[in-house]
Order: sequence, then C-alpha cells, then structure tokens
Amino acid sequence: MHPAFSVIFFTVTSGAGYGFIALLGLFNFLYLGMLIDKNTFFICAAVGISLFTMGLISSTFHLANPKNAWRAFMRFRTSWLAREGLLAIIFYPIIFLYLYFIYIDFQLDYFLLMQTYSLIIFVLSIIIIYCTGMIYACLKTIPQWNTFWTPINYITIGVSLGALIFFFILDFNNYNIEPYKFYLLLLIISSLITKLSYYYSIRGPKHDIGQATNAAIKLKTTKVRLLDVGHTGSTFLTDEFGYKVAERKLFKVKMFAIISGFLAPFLLIYIHSFIFENIIFCILAISLAFLGMVAERWLFFAQAKHVVNLYHGSQNV
Amino acid sequence: MRLGLVVDLDKCVGCNACAIACKQWNTSGTSGSLTDYKPYGADPSGVFFNRIRHYETGNYPDSKTVHFPMSCMHCEEAACVTVCPTGASYKREEDGIVLVDPEKCMGCNYCAWACPYGARELDREEGIMKKCTLCVDRIYDENLPKEERKPACVMTCPTTARYFGDFDDPESEVSKLSSKRDGQELFAELGYKPVNKYLSPRKKVEIEKHEICEPDLVRKVKDWVNKVVEL
Repeated sequence: MHPAFSVIFFTVTSGAGYGFIALLGLFNFLYLGMLIDKNTFFICAAVGISLFTMGLISSTFHLANPKNAWRAFMRFRTSWLAREGLLAIIFYPIIFLYLYFIYIDFQLDYFLLMQTYSLIIFVLSIIIIYCTGMIYACLKTIPQWNTFWTPINYITIGVSLGALIFFFILDFNNYNIEPYKFYLLLLIISSLITKLSYYYSIRGPKHDIGQATNAAIKLKTTKVRLLDVGHTGSTFLTDEFGYKVAERKLFKVKMFAIISGFLAPFLLIYIHSFIFENIIFCILAISLAFLGMVAERWLFFAQAKHVVNLYHGSQNV
Repeated sequence: MRLGLVVDLDKCVGCNACAIACKQWNTSGTSGSLTDYKPYGADPSGVFFNRIRHYETGNYPDSKTVHFPMSCMHCEEAACVTVCPTGASYKREEDGIVLVDPEKCMGCNYCAWACPYGARELDREEGIMKKCTLCVDRIYDENLPKEERKPACVMTCPTTARYFGDFDDPESEVSKLSSKRDGQELFAELGYKPVNKYLSPRKKVEIEKHEICEPDLVRKVKDWVNKVVEL
C-alpha cells in the first residue's frame, strides 16, 4: 500500500493524543483531585487535545474531495471510518465539559459522578484508538492488516506515547514520578511485545494467484501466470496498491522502528529512573519514540499487500 | 432482481473491445467523465471501469492463454458499500447494482481498499471514486430498442463472450448458463458473494503426439522419473 504521509501523521499523533487523554482519565479515576494541580492538568489536557486535533486535521489532507468530509460520519452503523470520525467529533464537547468540571472543582461535591466521568473519558479514548485500528483491520483484502493485532498495536503504541509525554510533564513539574516508572516501562515493553507478535503473525504470504483466478480458469493442476496486464501505463490501482519496497529496506526500517520506537525509549527511561536522573533523557526518549513510530506506521503501509496485486503480476500477497 | 454479467472465458479473445465500448459509453454517461491523464503525453493513464488481463497456463501441449475481463462484480455482500463512511457508495435494493453518488463522495479511497477486484478507480481530477454502473443509464432506457437495453460491454462483444441478465430469475440466460457450465466466482473465500460469474475454459481436444522413433531405455527411465516428480 502506498504510504501517505498525512495518514501516517494522523494515526501516530491522534493515537498519542487519545492515549494521553485516556491516561489522564484513568489517573483521575484512580486518584481524583489529589495527585496533580489544576495547572498541570490543563497543560496535559491541552497537549493531548492538540495532538489528536492535529492528527484529525491531517487525516483530511489525503481526501480527493475534502468539501464532502463533513459527510464522513453518516454511515457509523457499518463503517469503522465513520465510527472513528463520529466519536472523534463527539469527544470534543465531552472532554471540554470534563475540563470545565475540573475547573470548577466539581469533584468536591460530586465525587462519584466525576469518577464515572473520568472512567468514561478513559474508555472513550481507548475506543477511538480501537476504531482507528479497525479502519485497517476490517479489510479482508489486505491480509497484513486483517488481524486483531492491528487495533491492539494502535492502542498499546498510542498509550505508550501518551505515557511518555505524561511522564515528562510530571517530571518537569517536579512531581514524584517514583510510582510510575515501573508502569511506563511495562507499557513500552507491552507495546513492543504486541508489535513483535504482529510482525510474527503477518509473516509469509496469505493469498495466492490461484484464489484470484483458478476458480474461473479451473486448471488446478497447472500454474497460472499473468501474461499481460492489459494496460500500457500506470493506473490508479498500480499507484495505490502496487507500492513495493525491497526486502532489505523493509528490514532496515523495521530495525530502526524497533530500536528507535521501543528499545531506545525503554533504555533512556530506565537510565533516567534508576541510574542517572536527567530530564534530557525524557526529551530524547519522546523524540526517538515519535520518530520510531512514524517509521513503524510507514512500515505498516509499505508492508501491506492488497490482493488486487494478484491481478497485476504477484503470485502471492 | 440481481443483475450481473456472465463472462465466457472460452469465447473471450482478449480484444479489449468491451473496455473501449465501456469507456466510450460511460465517459458521457451518468458517472462520466472517465478522465484521461496526459492522453497524448509520454505516460498516458486514465480511468477505466473494465480491464482485461491475460493469463497463461500449463506447458505445451496443454498450454493455454486465458483472457480475463474484470469489472465490478456487484457483490451481494459488497464490502465497498459497508466501509464507505459518507454513504456515497450504495447498493440498489431493486436490482443489486452498486453505485457511487458523486454528490456525497469525499474521495477517501477506502472503498477501493476494500475491493479485491480492483473495480474502483479514483478520478483524480474530479476527486470522486468511479466504477462500473452496469450501464444503469442504458439498461432502463425506454428510448432504446429492447434488444439494446444491455450494458455497452455486452452489446459490443464481437464473440458474445459476455451475457447480461437477472440471476434471481432461474429462466434467464445468465442463470441457465451459469448453472449449466458451473459458473465460478472470483475470490469466493473472501465472502463478498460476487454476482458476476465466469465460465471456465472447457478441456481442449488433446493434440496427438507422434513419436519419431521408439525411445531408448535411458529416455524411458528419464520420462518415468519426470512423471513421478510431476506427480
């Protein structure tokens, strides 16, 4: 699949934004009104909201006819794309009302209500990331996406990125980060494990040219080979789905994604937490993690092989 | 009604006339135009609803070239319709034709991603997804003589390899042909239930081989080994 930068940027930043907001919701649910002061809380919320807003805006850049983008919420009953869009829009008033309640110290009088609200923020954010993942995972035509690991990866990576930023903001504002070190490292490791499971599950071809043509040609004992694709130049289909990258390059990018996106942040946070404390390590960890995730998302597209390639010369996808 | 096509792969000679007739009719039809990019330039490209691939199978004397026209299959479980977020893609209740409403399409390409057959192509100039309409602006046109109320590709096919009709009617030509010659679906395992059916090439009369001389023992052993390996 052709990796469009706008979509890569969208999935990484909106995932991080919703992951961050999910953690804020979870935090408030667990320690409502006690842990962080309002100023820090609003800084966190502003960072999270601007991250997913940037992502959502970027997602409209790949539309060929953006004037109809407002219609994208219409078919939420069947389309994961519409579900994602609709929830993303509904989320704005919900989060702003939530911030207002925090602002007026609503939790002092209505503790249980606010706790429920915090839990809703957490669950809804996770559901939105899940929807983003399902946009890709529901496509049976792209076997490398059509796996339950796809939404799991989107969630674990989004939450990990959010957690890195959260950790940094807390540390920067001199909060006691002692209790969270372990959870942050656990999150990064679980996102790495789920990503590696994904890579393991997509190894090898899933469909072959036989499934695409043999039923009709019905010469099951012999191999079918494409002789002529029937057009002289490139088409929309070859441009959109024919994107191929050399295996060596894929391997290099995969190594970079794993090292820069997961291992380096883990190591840096580990050093920062247990060996030598310096805020620079945190900043470096965030930058490398985002860079690594962009590579990981690029790979997600570049590695995906659409079955239509079976009609364009591939023997398997 | 469940309108669709039957393509006889035994008859198709791969002349591309159906692709051209389709382009000619539809470029001024309801889904027109079928934009061409740089048609007289060095790298011409453009939108087509119908593309013909050519496959080869087997080795002589069992070798065969199969010409393989592909357009929208008007699936019963059309994934392109399910994934469309705007509702621009829809499947008509009355005849099962899958269409795109250009007023609603936002050009996100998602439906093209969901289609295994490559039936959808984005018109990059209009920013709208385009696809086979089964010539919906022809088959119901009462100004045309009855025998011409067929898709352009079916009308034009010089070898009558393409048939059009209602698969829900067991007496229709397409239903009869499909059941008689065991009409096949492409990529049935994806579960989209494509309506269009393909009639497989029938087994050819075998070409008689004449041995010039009796093969010697070594040749016989080699032939036997080859046979075993091929099994």
